[in-house]
Amino acid sequence: MTATPALVPAMAPVTRSAASMAEDVVLDVEDLSVSFVSPQGIVPAAREVSFEVRRGETLAMVGESGSGKSVTSLAILRLTPPAPQCRIEGRVRLRAGDRRVHDLLALPEARMRELRGSAAAMVFQEPMTSLNPVHKIGDQIAEAVRFHSALSKRGALDRAAELLDLVGIPDVRRRMSSYPHQLSGGMRQRVMIAIALSCEPVLLIADEPTTALDVTIQAQILELLHDLQQRTQMALLFITHNLGVVAEIADRVIVMYAGRVVEEAAVLPLFKRPLMPYTQGLLRSVPRLDLAGRRCDELAAIPGNVPDPLALPPGCSFAPRCAHRVPELCDARVPLLEGAGAEHFVRCARWASLAEGAPP
Amino acid sequence: MKQPEALLEVRDLHKWFPLRRRLLSRAREVVKAVDGVSFDVRRGEVLSLVGESGSGKSTVGRSVLRLTVPTAGTIRFAGTDITHFSRRQMRPFRQRMQLVFQDPYASLNPRMTVEGILAAPLEIHGRAASRSDRRDKIEEALRLVGLLPQHAARYPHEFSGGQRQRIGIARALMTGPELLIADEPVSALDVSIQAQVVNLLVELKRRLGLTILFVAHDLAVVGHISDRIAVMYLGRLVELAETRELFGNPRHPYTEALLSAAPIPDPTFKRERIVLAGDIPSPVNPPSGCSFRTRCPYALPACGEARPPLREVAPGHFKACIRDDLRLRAPG
Ligand SMILES: Nc1ncnc2c1ncn2[C@@H]1O[C@H](COP(=O)(O)OP(=O)(O)OP(=O)(O)O)[C@@H](O)[C@H]1O
Ligand SMILES: Nc1ncnc2c1ncn2[C@@H]1O[C@H](COP(=O)(O)OP(=O)(O)OP(=O)(O)O)[C@@H](O)[C@H]1O
Ligand code: SF4
Ligand code: SF4
Ligand SMILES: [Mg+2]
Ligand SMILES: [Mg+2]
Repeated sequence: MTATPALVPAMAPVTRSAASMAEDVVLDVEDLSVSFVSPQGIVPAAREVSFEVRRGETLAMVGESGSGKSVTSLAILRLTPPAPQCRIEGRVRLRAGDRRVHDLLALPEARMRELRGSAAAMVFQEPMTSLNPVHKIGDQIAEAVRFHSALSKRGALDRAAELLDLVGIPDVRRRMSSYPHQLSGGMRQRVMIAIALSCEPVLLIADEPTTALDVTIQAQILELLHDLQQRTQMALLFITHNLGVVAEIADRVIVMYAGRVVEEAAVLPLFKRPLMPYTQGLLRSVPRLDLAGRRCDELAAIPGNVPDPLALPPGCSFAPRCAHRVPELCDARVPLLEGAGAEHFVRCARWASLAEGAPP
Repeated sequence: MKQPEALLEVRDLHKWFPLRRRLLSRAREVVKAVDGVSFDVRRGEVLSLVGESGSGKSTVGRSVLRLTVPTAGTIRFAGTDITHFSRRQMRPFRQRMQLVFQDPYASLNPRMTVEGILAAPLEIHGRAASRSDRRDKIEEALRLVGLLPQHAARYPHEFSGGQRQRIGIARALMTGPELLIADEPVSALDVSIQAQVVNLLVELKRRLGLTILFVAHDLAVVGHISDRIAVMYLGRLVELAETRELFGNPRHPYTEALLSAAPIPDPTFKRERIVLAGDIPSPVNPPSGCSFRTRCPYALPACGEARPPLREVAPGHFKACIRDDLRLRAPG
């Protein structure tokens, strides 16, 4: 399963700032902004988003509906609608399997298409929309395999069967000739993962891959992704709004709010000592299964709603809902994403004084 | 001490949906969506139905509301058998039991103002004596769900998802119901908004003495809101107990697996997870005997022989499993 020579880049890879990209960094996103032109005005869907994902690492991206998670991940792989409807700024670099660094937003479309699938792959929430309803599962996977390899039709089908086995589909031979509608939601998601893995990507982006599934099936898929990652050392960008899932799979976490990263930290400090009032509120608002029945009467809900992207507050986007807001500090300008200890970043004008008052 | 009175009594409820007859096949296949379910909902309690997709939770809710005709079994509301009531006979009961939908977007008419939406149930049931009476009732319902009187003039699209769900709850409260059936009322909402709506339901229960049949698949939410929980699998109840008892001392292997699969938002929380193999079988051909046996880690040959009845294994704790020798694990 290696790429054909014809698919290996003919041009020199972009090396300009490859030096600043640490060896183990697979994806480096810098100041990525995505905006949409709509009849009501410009929707700033993602703003100055920066993060890295390393080899063998799982970075979870959490945030409420509309916070810009999907848009960010689609922009990374250049799957957003074309200009002028959608504008992308910033830089996205990917270190492919051959260790070359590619500047994704600057690549010609044909090169980008080769990298999508061969170096970076994506799994979406609703697998039914990404599978072709009139083709057999086996053929669809084989087609994906052949797109990036020199295997014969027969060889690709064998590889498809291997992949289905790898993702834990029972009775592979029979399933190869099933159509998508004949599979359960969990099995369809396994097929999507098999397709995504067909060319051994260095980066897998999974956008809410378990949200539509039942908990017992979700547990199977999370275990599968974890096993595959252990084996292949791929970098995983996992998008979810479920904090329980984050706690379970993430090494590091970025929290999005109204299009911006508002906190970034390793999973343990993020849950044990969150610094951004929004992260704190989010963690307090989820009921905990292990405390059920010993309930305190009220969940600590965050008051109010997510701001309208067309009418964002001038300063901190969370200010209208924040109990710690001080107008002079919070409303003047958008707070910077500041370093708050080892690999911990927070976007809050008051984080330092709030942390002082908090118990360690 | 007297047992609290049951507002709703469901006995041996069946709801089978016929499938289209297959060519050359004489047998008519049916989906056994609900296949012999019995439970009570006591006045003033929140009883939750949990279970995975397709287990029959919504069908139980719809049968109770008589939005669908049960295939067999009985439903008694406040002591009256309503199982075979006609539309006209159901009318006085409709006001006393109301539904809150899952989807706050689809369930409100986009061309009506909030006032129009809230007035409709009053008109259907002829409960608005005068215009000022109507206005008072609408304002009271809005206040109860945490909205303002001036919201009455606005349209659904002017509200966020959480606010629309509040409007849906306000609409359900207009006729002064005793029983609220809430089918996944927070599933479509963001985490921080879910908490607002869950708090609202708990508060309404306390302030109005509402009885709630809560249908959901998120165990953590269910654990927070419920007095008792009934777990469904493939159209049957497999376990029923008080919340604390069910979570602290699960007696059915499926409940144990569900609790074990639910992710806990604490990275220091370590446990050995039970990952069930395989998918939920089809409700057209459920396995013989115990329908969980194809995925049960503790299954014995005897489990395929007869359908295990739901029996009381400790005071108020029911389960449908033949094995009493298991030591099952609880989270926490
Ligand atoms: N094609 C588009 N045209 C215009 N606006 C868009 C488009 N796609 C997304 N948006 C807007 O961009 C913002 C971010 O959307 P995005 O889909 O990234 O949110 P998300 O965090 O993935 O939310 P969810 O949890 O609901 O999936 C939203 O305000 C959304 O309405
Ligand atoms: N009108 C219908 N005709 C045929 N089959 C139906 C009908 N309504 C429900 N079913 C089937 O009955 C079973 C139970 O469905 P139901 O909607 O009650 O499940 P549920 O537990 O509410 O699931 P979910 O969590 O997905 O809402 C499913 O297999 C479903 O496909
Ligand atoms: S900047 Fe101000 S309003 Fe924003 S989160 Fe910090 S304290 Fe709250
Ligand atoms: S009856 Fe048997 S198969 Fe069913 S839950 Fe009990 S042990 Fe498992
Ligand atoms: Mg999304
Ligand atoms: Mg349902």
